Amino acid sequence: MQTTTEIGYNSKVEGDVVITRLEAALNWFRQYSLWPMPMGLACCAIELMATGASRFDIARFGAEVMRFSPRQSDVMIVSGTVTYKMALVVRRLYEQMAEPKWVIAMGACASTGGMYRSYAVLQGVDRILPVDVYVAGCPPRPEALLDALLKLQAKVRREPVLQTLKRPGPAVPVRPPALQMELRP
Amino acid sequence: MTARELALQLQERFADILGPPSEFRGEISLELSDPERIAEVCQVARDVGEFDLLLDITGVDNFDRSPRWLIVYHLYSLRHQHMLRLKTCVPEERSELPTVTGVWPAADWHEREVYDMMGIRFRGHPDLRRILMWEGYPYYPLRKDFPLGGLPSEVPGVAFTEVAPLEGGPFVTASGAPDAIHREPRAKPGGPGD
Repeated sequence: MQTTTEIGYNSKVEGDVVITRLEAALNWFRQYSLWPMPMGLACCAIELMATGASRFDIARFGAEVMRFSPRQSDVMIVSGTVTYKMALVVRRLYEQMAEPKWVIAMGACASTGGMYRSYAVLQGVDRILPVDVYVAGCPPRPEALLDALLKLQAKVRREPVLQTLKRPGPAVPVRPPALQMELRP
Repeated sequence: MTARELALQLQERFADILGPPSEFRGEISLELSDPERIAEVCQVARDVGEFDLLLDITGVDNFDRSPRWLIVYHLYSLRHQHMLRLKTCVPEERSELPTVTGVWPAADWHEREVYDMMGIRFRGHPDLRRILMWEGYPYYPLRKDFPLGGLPSEVPGVAFTEVAPLEGGPFVTASGAPDAIHREPRAKPGGPGD
């Protein structure tokens, strides 16, 4: 008589156990617990506040814990016009955030300088930070920011977390080769 | 007492340096020929004319005309609810005039802004630093000869700037258009929606 040995998950024996890959599990934990750092610099910050409030409720996606300390946050939401005077502060706050960390450039100003083609405004925050998701709009609707958050979650889900977890230094290069804007320390 | 009467009173007192009051759309202006005495005139305007509120100090760059700078003081009397405008010209070689912070403490930040944007110094100001740009920025951005897109600059450890691209934007304006409606920025011809 042929016997079969069942390997893997047996709900009768093992109860509520889920088997998965470690990497998938870690990414799953990460993606639903992205603590934002609200880098509110202009009118986009009002929409960011609306996104966090009850009507749009960013808590549905696990990102409601707005941290004003860079040490405790995962994703910096740059919402507003980045002036040159503020650029260094934004940069320093980003560098103070612990790995893993991501950046959402919210709105036209943070993405490209927007309508401010002037002597005082940085023409896109990607000149000083590696941006993961850009959000169009002036300012974007809260739904657009939520969509950006979902896009970021999808990106986090695909990250090779085990390859970068124990490696010293940042998981992604702080200065991507394409953005060789050198900031003096 | 009307603003004109107050202005005439002031002009009587400083007949040698104050021109006759001119009126435009119900607002009175006085021109001061000697910028060195602006603090003195302001002191009297505050004490005698009861202009107790300094609304604004601005600078005008006449660029290719002489004298280059025009400094404009907007005064307001809370009691009489009158406005008075004081103007004085400063040549570029001097680019300096006395502060009025001793008359109205509110002048502090206004004068710092004029200094920051146009590079006109106010002698006797308690703390004449830049207010909008950062310390060490080498230019005065509101001067007519400063390009709109800015100039590259770098202060190690403080900040940097790059020239902003002024072409390739989504909108164009026609500078020679006859009226404000036609001068409005509009989508580029040949672009989407055209």
